[in-house]
Amino acid sequence: MNWLTKTLGSSIGKKLMMAVTGLSFCGFLAVHLAGNLTIYGGKDAFNSYAEHLHSLGPLITAAEIVLLVFALVHVLTGLTLFYQNLAARPVRYRINRSAGGRTIGSGTMPYTGIFLLIFVVLHLMNFHFVDKTDTTIYNLVSAAFSRPLLVVFYIVAMVVAAIHVSHGLWSAFQTMGASHPKYTPFIKALSTVFAILVGIGFGFLPIYISIIA
Amino acid sequence: MTKTINLTLKVWRQKSPKDKGHFETYHARNISTDMSFLEMLDVINEQLTLDGREPIAFDHDCREGICGMCGAVVNGRPHGPEKETTLCQLHMRHFKDGDVLAIEPWRARAFKVVKDLVMDRTPLDEIMQAGGYISVNAGSAPDANTIPVPAETAELAMDAAQCIGCGACVAACPNASAMLFVGAKVSHLALLPQGRPEAARRAIRMIREMDNLGFGNCSNETECEAECPKGISITNIARLNREFFKASFFASEK
Ligand code: SF4
Ligand code: FES
Repeated sequence: MNWLTKTLGSSIGKKLMMAVTGLSFCGFLAVHLAGNLTIYGGKDAFNSYAEHLHSLGPLITAAEIVLLVFALVHVLTGLTLFYQNLAARPVRYRINRSAGGRTIGSGTMPYTGIFLLIFVVLHLMNFHFVDKTDTTIYNLVSAAFSRPLLVVFYIVAMVVAAIHVSHGLWSAFQTMGASHPKYTPFIKALSTVFAILVGIGFGFLPIYISIIA
Repeated sequence: MTKTINLTLKVWRQKSPKDKGHFETYHARNISTDMSFLEMLDVINEQLTLDGREPIAFDHDCREGICGMCGAVVNGRPHGPEKETTLCQLHMRHFKDGDVLAIEPWRARAFKVVKDLVMDRTPLDEIMQAGGYISVNAGSAPDANTIPVPAETAELAMDAAQCIGCGACVAACPNASAMLFVGAKVSHLALLPQGRPEAARRAIRMIREMDNLGFGNCSNETECEAECPKGISITNIARLNREFFKASFFASEK
């Protein structure tokens, strides 16, 4: 093995990959949310946003490939860490008690992560890998969210995403070594704010669409 | 007159590393609240010995919170429920009459249980042997002042050097990771000029050794920091990460 695979294969290296890919997803979420907000501008605003996005052509394909590779890295590394961490304590404690370090986010990362993976696959099947020749994305979205079950599922998924991000964002900074008495409180606050934005920002969209549809 | 309490203890008993082990229940009666947790175990052991039964094996040495030998998980909390307190310094006044306490050894694949509450912490020594040292003679105490070190840096190094190697961080970590220990050990040398020449090699070798020994991967749960009897901060883990990246990506060390 050369130095690079040794570095990335180490415990800290795996965490670095989680941090870099995870932070990219946070960036993606922010852009995705900003785009989705055009829904509040009405049908035409949303459709034209989608059109503009697709007119970027190869740029979009490149971004999609990067996201896909990052997703693979994030999921596979995450599952490896999950398995290794379970194996690191073969005999469990009779009583487990937190000293206050754990949060709902940090304690559920693998589970919220697996749930989000399922969500992302379904989400892509709902809105990405569908024939859009004689319909618009707006019609697709409003048809989908006229089904109450789907609305509920999306809201749950966004709460889960918020929980995942609430730990993920600050954790990524800590992993990359960015810890400082001056900035760490800000980063932690940012994680919480960002998590709330993701939860409410995305979570409210299906509700809004189901109301106006 | 001193106050006394009665407790029910559910203690992990395991004859040997191969034995499966099980919990046994003991009744601790008339325990003075002035006693330490280990003294309470001494009392139980005296009674067990008088009854012709095998006393509970547990580790200890200094009994003043500085050696890192003692430790057990009490109701899910390594070194018991008090903050920044080792088991030997934990007093029975923190418990109530009638409390039921489950007492277990540190649980981690890397720490084998030798007997009852005694586990083998050699893996922490092996991590130290991999790089937790300075190869040249750094001199005696007065020589420390020949190279000026800013007071703030010296304080940070001293904070990290407080780690007593008890392993409670591993025990507390949901992933059984040793990152707080390694973070403290790498930090206290990396912060000082005497430790810089070997910093890259140290960070890489200690992390590799830690991974080989079967400790888990840190996921920033921060339970270690909350349980560490010496209050070692996770900023030391961030520093370890920085040292490791610096060494891996920018140093010639392989
Ligand atoms: S970092 Fe704290 S808990 Fe871990 S070995 Fe050192 S003193 Fe013990
Ligand atoms: S016996 Fe030395 S620290 Fe507890």
